[in-house]
Amino acid sequence: MPSLGADMEDGTFVEWHVEPGQDVTRGQVICVVETQKGAIDVEIWEGGVLAKLTASPGQKIPVGQVMALVATGGEDWKSIAAAAPSPPPSGEPRPETPGRETIQRAAAVVAASGAVPRSSKRLKVSPAARRRAQELGIDLAAVKPSGTLGAISIADVELAAAAKKPPDRQAAMRAAIAAAMSRSNREIPHYYLATEINVERALTWLEKRNAAVPIGARALFAAVELKAVALALRETPELNGFYESGAFRPGPGMHLGVAVSLRGGGLVAPALHDVDKLSLADLMARLKDLLRRARSGQLRSSEMSDPTITVTNLGDLGVETVFGVIYPPQVALVGIGRSTMKPCVIDGAIVPARVVHATISADHRVSDGMRGARFLVELDRLLQQPEGLT
Amino acid sequence: MSMSRDEVRKALIDSILDVAPEADFTQVRPDRPVRGQIDIDSFDFLTILENLHEKIGVDVPESDYGKMMTLDGSVDYLVRRLAEGSVG
Repeated sequence: MPSLGADMEDGTFVEWHVEPGQDVTRGQVICVVETQKGAIDVEIWEGGVLAKLTASPGQKIPVGQVMALVATGGEDWKSIAAAAPSPPPSGEPRPETPGRETIQRAAAVVAASGAVPRSSKRLKVSPAARRRAQELGIDLAAVKPSGTLGAISIADVELAAAAKKPPDRQAAMRAAIAAAMSRSNREIPHYYLATEINVERALTWLEKRNAAVPIGARALFAAVELKAVALALRETPELNGFYESGAFRPGPGMHLGVAVSLRGGGLVAPALHDVDKLSLADLMARLKDLLRRARSGQLRSSEMSDPTITVTNLGDLGVETVFGVIYPPQVALVGIGRSTMKPCVIDGAIVPARVVHATISADHRVSDGMRGARFLVELDRLLQQPEGLT
Repeated sequence: MSMSRDEVRKALIDSILDVAPEADFTQVRPDRPVRGQIDIDSFDFLTILENLHEKIGVDVPESDYGKMMTLDGSVDYLVRRLAEGSVG
């Protein structure tokens, strides 16, 4: 079970997309895991031949526990599978080809959390209870009878239905955010810097660009800002990476975590990979795809675990200034507020211009204010030359 | 394309619902800015315009975003664009 963020302790296994004996390549989506931040497509981090799938639907698995065995470097997958210990017991034997139906049944079995009567024996069910089960979509095989005669009553069915209800996603996500942010405030000595950046040129340039392309190719200013952040980080690599085991480890690329607020509350910050190397058009296409999937709960494991820094952009409706809380083990967070028209002094004259407040929260264990300031100055410089951000 | 005002309104509301399925239009004041009443950020807004372009063929340029603040204002604007035949 991969760690899909500092706040994750375990995940609930949902389904496999692969079978034993199948070739897999690094990065391929092999299964789905339910976390506090929604269902995540898990990509395998090593290629080879899948030997044995030990995780089964409905099973709660701690981070670090084995989910599957992979034969690598020409190993014989069948002998690995044969030598492996049996999977840990779960509510129901793992079906050969897991589908949505079997997963739902498995979930119901776990939720009912009792000895489950096997459906091989004819179930004793009152007609009214059977009707209620149908209405509620409850599998009677997963309902535990409470009566002395072992017959399933309406009350038993309703109890099973209540247990089957998914856990409160909102509460789970709030708890996950609370855990990560508490750890951040406890462990990370933050320092905060802010500067005002004139974005009149950059916005005018973007408006001109967008007027010349069809609606589907229009770019948001957020994409321009992300590109500028990624390029500015080249000057200050100590803001991009992780603080782990008492030392800083630079990020393997500019993988910007994009803070996305979800409808109905909560927040995720999945990674856009190698933003400094993407053209603005590619960056915008990937940003759209990422935002869509973040909001529909279809993120990939690498997007959850890879961000090397987070960017929060409160867009054009929010406030002018945002100081973020660093998401551990990252070491910095960039905040950009909404653009507002202000009187600016340019070459001795007062002119109206749109400005944004850019901020950085950074980890004093890794960098000092001078470096954070250098980043913001570089960000400003890049945004004055928007032609360089295509 | 010939569309009635009601059809344009429905296309607009459907485009918004694709993005904000929880929006309750019985509670939305049509003469007040929509984006304050329903949580719609700049990405959502762009998606709504893309949906709308697909449904009724009107491509709203950024320079006209100011005309799309309220539901009523948006319908007025879209009906006018359709009548001008500026569809693309």
